[in-house]
Amino acid sequence: MSKNILTIDKLSMRFGGILALDNVSFEVEKGSITALIGPNGAGKTTVFNCITGFYKATSGALTLHTRQEPTSINKVLGQPFQLDDIFKPRQLASRIFYKMFGGTHRVNMAGLARTFQNIQLFNDLTVIENLQIAQHNTVNKSLFAGVFNTKAFKESEQASIDRAYELLEVFNLTADANRLAGEMSYGQQRRLEIARAICTNPEMIALDEPAAGLNPNETEALAKMIQMLRTEFKMTVMLIEHDMGMVMKVSDFIIVLDHGEVIAKGTPDEILNNPKVIAAYLGVDDDEVAA
Amino acid sequence: MNIKHSFLDAFVAAILATIVFGPIMGIVLDGYSFNLDVPRVAIIVGIIFVGRFVFQLTISTQGGRDFFQQFEKGRAGSIEVTDPGIKTVLAKAIPFIMLAAAILPFFIGKYWITILILAYIYILLGLGLNIVVGLAGLLDLGFVAFYAIGAYGLALGSEYLGIGFWIALPMSAILAASFGAILGFPVLRMHGDYLAIVTLGFGEIIRLVLNNWSAFTHGPNGASAPPATLFNLEFKRTAAEGYTPFHEFFNIDYNSTHRYIFIYLLVLIAVAFALRLKHRLVKMPIGRAWEALRENEIACRSLGMNHVTIKLSAFMMGAAIAGVAGVFFAAKDGFVNPASFSFIESALILAIVVLGGLGSTVGVVIAALLVILIPEVMREFSEYRYLVFGLLMVIMMIIRPRGLITIKRDRKFSTKGEGAVVETKQGEGAA
Amino acid sequence: MDSLAIILQQLVNGLTLGSVYGLIAIGYTMVYGIIGMINFAHGDLYMVSAYLTAIFLALLSFFGIDSLPVVLFLTLLGTMAITGVYGWVIERVAYRPLRNSTRLAPLISAIGISFVLQEYVRINQGSNDQGIPALLFGAVRVPVGNDFFQITYSQILIIVVSLLGMGLLTYVIQKTELGRQCRATQMDRKMSGILGIHTDRIISTVFVIGAAMGAVAGVLVTLNYGSFNFSSGFIIGIKAFTAAVLGGIGSLPGAMLGGIVLGMAESLFSGLVNTDYKDVFAFGLLVTVMIFKPSGLLGKPAVEKV
Repeated sequence: MSKNILTIDKLSMRFGGILALDNVSFEVEKGSITALIGPNGAGKTTVFNCITGFYKATSGALTLHTRQEPTSINKVLGQPFQLDDIFKPRQLASRIFYKMFGGTHRVNMAGLARTFQNIQLFNDLTVIENLQIAQHNTVNKSLFAGVFNTKAFKESEQASIDRAYELLEVFNLTADANRLAGEMSYGQQRRLEIARAICTNPEMIALDEPAAGLNPNETEALAKMIQMLRTEFKMTVMLIEHDMGMVMKVSDFIIVLDHGEVIAKGTPDEILNNPKVIAAYLGVDDDEVAA
Repeated sequence: MNIKHSFLDAFVAAILATIVFGPIMGIVLDGYSFNLDVPRVAIIVGIIFVGRFVFQLTISTQGGRDFFQQFEKGRAGSIEVTDPGIKTVLAKAIPFIMLAAAILPFFIGKYWITILILAYIYILLGLGLNIVVGLAGLLDLGFVAFYAIGAYGLALGSEYLGIGFWIALPMSAILAASFGAILGFPVLRMHGDYLAIVTLGFGEIIRLVLNNWSAFTHGPNGASAPPATLFNLEFKRTAAEGYTPFHEFFNIDYNSTHRYIFIYLLVLIAVAFALRLKHRLVKMPIGRAWEALRENEIACRSLGMNHVTIKLSAFMMGAAIAGVAGVFFAAKDGFVNPASFSFIESALILAIVVLGGLGSTVGVVIAALLVILIPEVMREFSEYRYLVFGLLMVIMMIIRPRGLITIKRDRKFSTKGEGAVVETKQGEGAA
Repeated sequence: MDSLAIILQQLVNGLTLGSVYGLIAIGYTMVYGIIGMINFAHGDLYMVSAYLTAIFLALLSFFGIDSLPVVLFLTLLGTMAITGVYGWVIERVAYRPLRNSTRLAPLISAIGISFVLQEYVRINQGSNDQGIPALLFGAVRVPVGNDFFQITYSQILIIVVSLLGMGLLTYVIQKTELGRQCRATQMDRKMSGILGIHTDRIISTVFVIGAAMGAVAGVLVTLNYGSFNFSSGFIIGIKAFTAAVLGGIGSLPGAMLGGIVLGMAESLFSGLVNTDYKDVFAFGLLVTVMIFKPSGLLGKPAVEKV
């Protein structure tokens, strides 16, 4: 069993003529809180979209080590057919299977959940329903049981509601359980999105700018919550964040991205004193850094 | 009040109206020549001028602006979270309505029974399409293809395979759903709007094949379909080999109305079942998933839901219901031909769903009844019905794109009773 | 008949048909490119323009104008202008209020407008087929071996006018200020608005251009085939949309290319395989393209923004 939960090897992503990510490689250690930082446009969200399966990487290998087995993110998104498939029927069958039934959702099913920079909630559904939808893969989906409202179905539904309330308690949202998600405040929506991601029982969670738009008090509370994700829920956390105070406080490990390349990796202290990082943030000429 | 501005605005509108309506309404082609019809152009331009003038005057006042603002509000929020288990007056009345509907055919003539059967078939179609469009948010413009598959399933099934109504009913549903799966699986992973045009193309392909493949489908002449039977009792004056006519078995006089009453009751049962299904679906994980996909596909995918198969399930379920409706349609007429399955039918079903309010069950039932019955009651209206449906579709989309009826969502409580206690505090504030 | 002659004849017919599809496809592709909506009523605008053509021809002959070039020019101009106004009014009344509405709303509204246009024409002009007298006679015959294929003068007119229209439009979009604004709005509507482009006006312009191009097709087809009715916009509308998708929706040259490819494929199919199933073939092609190459021949694959 690897001690890393996620390994990224030479990830590149090209949009038309633009090389958004260039040979990005890093690992995320199991049980850690890892931050991905960098100036605007550095490619942080692109990295997130690649590892959570929203983009298919142009090249590179992305592997998750969750649920006691490695999962190739490239594979579950569906790969183009290769010539040697003809001789390897098993490989061909798996390719066809993932072409048909693969996709972004497989990454979540493998145990990596995420939140978004622009909050993505089901605004016209209630908070509880938002959390129930996240349990789609675990509830009783039998058509028969549902139509005839059997005992097993009722129990499964109630269990999903109870699970939702447990999480609302943790995220201090119980009072809003039966409100529409869209009518809550921004900070509440951020918390709900994290709670909803946890509902899918992930082993790792990727938070894209969780503190964006929060006031200092809310950011403080968020930092505690992120630490709680590790202690209470035993999750590995990876986050993109611009609030350096918070990043330095919560993370064990930091990866710095600039112009689609990893320019530094290390503990917060190492990053804080890295000249390349300072240059990237303060905008020093490239040749000066080299010197 | 700004009279000058309003007048100018109305004047511009009148000029545009003259350009738009002038040639087509005013100059009626007659062979290679034409007849002038100036008065009707003058009337419509006059109406537009006055209408625009009054509208502009109204919104230049505070009261007028407030009045139109109501519609803006209606567009934004029409969702209410209510306690579960509270039965509305309508819910309490449903058994009585069903009972009344069940005894109705014994008091009306054959003509009206057939009209009502058709209306119920359209309720079924409307409910089926409502699952696809209203719940899952997938615009299916080839819905009539699945209806045709159901109808031809009975007609051709009995001709080539010798199956009867009762076998055809589930078979057609499965057949239609399979076609839905074959079409939907590759298409549903694409951008939403493409689905509309692909299903439209598919609907036309089915109709053209039915029309042109004469050797198999008898082409435009159509195919005959067997009527429904009650435990092998046929509703005919003289039954086929091995069957007994219904009237002989019960020792009553033959009456051709019996056959229609029987189909009427069967369709009514199907409608009741479909209503129940729809009612339950929205409370089930799959129905929730459909609504979630309609709301936000990106979020769904991030939560481990396979958007393709979930959409496909809605698409197939809608198709299956249309297939069942098709079997009833074929059994009612005893005959099918491709002309019954043109695009206008798909559009009519869509009109029912849109006018009833996307996602609303009651709305669809009422809209289907109105759409089928009004042209029967008011003959002069039938000339204009599609024009009116078209206008209403546009107006509905502008005023209330989410439908006329307030959507109700259930409150949900934990076993410990959380959610209920807080409700009293939060109730007013949240609404 | 010589099979080579048949093929060449079908290619000529296909080129003619394809030019028409291309002209109509422009309306779909530009509107889709700029506001991401399938303008369902576009095919019906083409139908309206066919009626307008007949009305203009009847009016001109009533006023005793019978010089063919003058008649053709005035008919073309008048039909384009009025159809353009239709395009503007429809956008203003039925689509603009829905700019921020649900995703399905504009699509459903467009279907409603399609109904309205068809029924409005049917109620006012009757449901029978209408026609115009033949104006252009004659053809160029090209010998092939023992046989020949021919291009009628009206086919030449269709091809030439279509190409001229396309060329002019490409020039406008690529070289003029208006064209720059259109392209900017297509790329990023919000940003263009911030930069001072009157995006609502640009969107209206695109609708007018699309409608006018559809009107050119309406005039040309009516001159060539002579007969039409209130529902003739439906099938040709879907096929033109197929052409737009085939060429890559959102791409202007793609629309024309898609139109010609579809026209030729359809003509060859109906000439060599089966006429009854030519529409099935075209729709089948639509479904196939959407499944296997949704970005079309010249379109760029869309990247989803997360």
